[in-house]
Formats: sequence, structure tokens, C-alpha cells
Amino acid sequence: MISLQHVTYTYPGTISPALRDVSLAIPAGQFCALIGANGAGKSTLAYTLAGFVPHFYHGKLTGEVTLAGKPTRLTPLNELVLSVGLIFQNPFNQISGTKFTVREEIAFGLENLGMPRPEMQVRVAATMALLGIEDLADRSPLALSGGQMQRVAIASVLAMRPKVLVLDEPTSQLDPIGSREVFSAVRALMAQENMTVVMIEHKLEWVAVFADRVVALAEGMIVADGTAAEILTDETLLGKGIGQTRYTQAARQARQLGRWPGTRPLPVILEQAVQGFSKFKDEGSRMKDR
Amino acid sequence: MTEDDGRMTDDYRLTTADKSIDICVESLSFTYPAGIEALHQVSLHIAAGESLALIGQNGAGKTTLVKHLNGLLKPTAGSVRIADWDTRHRSVAQLARQVGYVFQNPDDQLFKPTVLAEVMFGPQNLGWEAGRVSDQARAALLMVGLSQAASRHPYDLSPSERKRVAMAAILAMDTPVIILDEPTTGQDFSGVRLVGQIVDALIAQGKTVITITHDIDFCAEHFERVVVMAGGRLLIEGSSRVVLSQAEILAQTYVEPPQLIRLASRLEMEWMPLTVDEFIKHLPGN
Repeated sequence: MISLQHVTYTYPGTISPALRDVSLAIPAGQFCALIGANGAGKSTLAYTLAGFVPHFYHGKLTGEVTLAGKPTRLTPLNELVLSVGLIFQNPFNQISGTKFTVREEIAFGLENLGMPRPEMQVRVAATMALLGIEDLADRSPLALSGGQMQRVAIASVLAMRPKVLVLDEPTSQLDPIGSREVFSAVRALMAQENMTVVMIEHKLEWVAVFADRVVALAEGMIVADGTAAEILTDETLLGKGIGQTRYTQAARQARQLGRWPGTRPLPVILEQAVQGFSKFKDEGSRMKDR
Repeated sequence: MTEDDGRMTDDYRLTTADKSIDICVESLSFTYPAGIEALHQVSLHIAAGESLALIGQNGAGKTTLVKHLNGLLKPTAGSVRIADWDTRHRSVAQLARQVGYVFQNPDDQLFKPTVLAEVMFGPQNLGWEAGRVSDQARAALLMVGLSQAASRHPYDLSPSERKRVAMAAILAMDTPVIILDEPTTGQDFSGVRLVGQIVDALIAQGKTVITITHDIDFCAEHFERVVVMAGGRLLIEGSSRVVLSQAEILAQTYVEPPQLIRLASRLEMEWMPLTVDEFIKHLPGN
């Protein structure tokens, strides 16, 4: 669905490339998380695979990028946006500013595509339900809290049912359960529409739970590519600004004390940690029984 | 005239060295002009030197509450007192000497041509002599890890760096109370760790540190007291260990316990750990 081959990109007016010789293929239906320190090139990679580089951000791009079979360099942005939806980090940048209600805001993209009204109403209602924002339908998009605006911005893109969805820290302003609901909503839509998802995210617990694949970037290069279980437990990445969950931290520390089996993989999600540590729970209760 | 007399007659001279600033919120209600009641009879006492985190779902009233602490908003009913000042009778400029407020979005706050000028702006307004202004500004930049960026333009920095400039601009004013609104948002792994170190350092200096955060793991590791809000009211408050273990109450306001407490609960541990070290120490079998 997405392919980058030997892509190097330098922003206008800068000397050092933001992406260096990046090659990456993402098949249809995959949920791929991009992680890494700030400035590692995550957003630039997202803009590049969505065609915003080079059509919106100019500068020097070498290598080949294809999206849904089309080379992005040769395909105009207004054609690319039919396949790809991009959700920006700051939801304020996403809101059109021309609509009076959240319902109209979410319908805005569909209206532009000339979707018949009854179909549009069904689509907008379904998308609001998916994100749990039905109660905001009649509010002004500009008079919402950061978290509410973030969900409306996501809904306005999801309503288009893009083949490829690119999200740049979509839950940065959401409360914890609200964040998880957004990930669940994206996952539900993926199953329904065979959507491909690329998400930049610092919340590693949810990356580990929801993503099929994790790509780690540092200094404009891909430094690791694999499952969450592989990447988020890789000690060599800690020095490259890649974090870890508390489950991994706790198990790593326990392992040094002989309290986590040396042969057992380190956990990245709650269930794996519960299983691994349960052994000690059983031992503890046996000792208490005696 | 004694120094005390000076303070009595001119509130601007209530010195920032005076750290015993208690905050007392009594039956505070606030209704926005559009008619939405954002706070309903909130009472909260914050003693000098406390570290306190406000958590709760989007729209719970957290930001509305802290905007009352530096006088950006004035109560519709009830009162807010900072030491013995009623905020209703004080200007934001007066309160800013006691309560430093770092906004969630740094772009609401930054406007100077260089990072250093930005960070010096607050202390200059306090009327400090030039040497002290410069010392405080440089110390604040060092604290947020941006000494190297002093002569750059704030807008040439990344959003996460700008956020730290905004933090330094407030830290430089050396206020006894510091409010950090969502300080870890947009920060990467090492950025979050740095913010944690800054919070720990401020607490060690005896300052009162109040944060609003959705990052519950960060909250558990750095704040002693937690206040949970929902629908403009206080839902529960107390020590982090007790409050962050109440999964059912937290769920009412869209919050989950931190990772280590969720793990400890599943393992039926009796001690709810706030840090990895505590978790290891209390693992059964020790």
C-alpha cells in the first residue's frame, strides 16, 4: 500500500537531511507505529508517505515513494488525498474554521466530494458514534476543549474512510481512557474497511497493544523495525531516545535480581507482565500458607 | 519603616523569598459567560511546599480551576485565597509574583526575538536588578536543558523545545508556587524524564508544584497528592498511592490507574507501588 525506496529529504533552507536513505514497505491492512525521539524524522516521514512532501513542503527529495500504487511525486495532492487522510498533531490546524457545528465540520470533506445528503448523514452519524462524540454534534467546533477538538478532527478525517490513515500523535490532549477509545475506534475501522494505518505515538503501552508493527527512527534513519515485543524491549535503543513501558522496566530490573526468568521475553503489555510475575505471586502465597 | 511594614503597605513587595504561601479554595463555583458551569463548589487547601496533580477527563474543570489560582479567572461564587490575598481584589500582575503558570500551549506565551530575552522578560518585570535577572534566566535555561539555545529565536525551536522555553520563562521568576499545565504533552521519552527531574528539583527547593496531567505514570512517580475532578467537581483527593489505586472511581472520569498499580492489583499485591523500585521491593517472595 505504501512503499518508500532509498528516500532522502531535506527541508528548504536547511542543510542536513530530515530523512536519510529510508526504505519501508507497509502492506494494506497493517497498523504501523512510528516511534522515536523528537526531531528523529517521524512527522517528516508521515508527511512524505502522504505526499505532503514534496507537494506542500518543497525542498530536495530523492528516492521513490508510492502510495496505493501511485508515485507521489507525479500525482497531484488533490488526487492523493482521495486515498490518504492525514491527522495533524495540533487539532486546531485540522478544523476548517468555516463551519458552525461539529456535525457540519465532520461532513465538510464528504460534501466536497459531492456525496448525496442521505448517505452523508448516515456516514457522519456513524463516525460520531464510533468516537463517542454524538453529544458534541451541535456545538461549535471552535468552542471545544483541546481533547474534544482532537476527537472532532479525527472524526472529520475518518468520515472520509481513507484507504490510508496517517496520524501524528492523535491523542496528545486526550484523557487516558479517551486515548484508548480512539485507538479502539481506529482498529475497529481497520477491520471494517481494510484500512492501512501509520501512527506517530509516544504512548508506548497503546502502541504495544494496538500496533502490528513498530518502526523506530533516530536522526532521520530507521534504526529498528519489528513487532512491539521486539522493538520496545531492545535495550540498545534506550540510548537513541526510544522509551519503554513500566512493565518492561520492572521486568528488566527484576531479571537482574533473578526475579524474572532469563529465558522469558520481557513484557511490553500488562497481560505479559501479569503472566511472568504470577510465578512469584504463587511462590509468595505458598510461603504465606506455611 | 521595618520591612514588614513595607509589605503591609505595598503588596508588590511581598518578596518571592517568602515561601510560606498557602492556597485556599473555598466553595468555588465558576460559570463561563456562555452559561456553562465549569466548577461547582470546589474546596481545596494546598499547603506551602506540596506537590499536587490534578487529573480527570477532558472538560472536568482542571484548567478552569488553576486559572483561578493566578487570578486569570475570578470566582462566580466562593473564594480563592493565596496566602492572605483574596484573588478577587488582586491583579494578575500581582498574583504572578506568587504563582507562576506555565500554559499548556507555549505559543500562547512566547513573543520575544530570542530565547534568552523571552526568559528574562518575567524577571525584568519584577523590577530586579540586571545581574539578578540574567542569573535567574540562565539558571532557568540550564534547568530545562536549553542553555545552548539562548540566542536563538523561539520559533526556530521544535514545539517540545518551545514548551521548555515557556517553562524556563516562568521558572526564572522564582515564584513560590508553580503551575504546570500538561507539561509532558508532546515531550519524548527523555523530555518526559527531564520534566520529571525539574519537578523533583522544584519540590526539593520547597516550592509548591501543581500540575494538570493526563500522564498518570508521570503523576504517580513525581506527585505526592492527587486531586481527581469530574464535571466541575472534586471526585476524590488524597495521597497518590491511595487515590491512584481506586480504579472504579478513576474510571468515572476516564482515567486508569498507572501501569505499575494495574500490574500490582492483578498480582494481588498488598502494597500499591508508585515507582519501579517500589514494585520490585514489594514483589511477593521478598
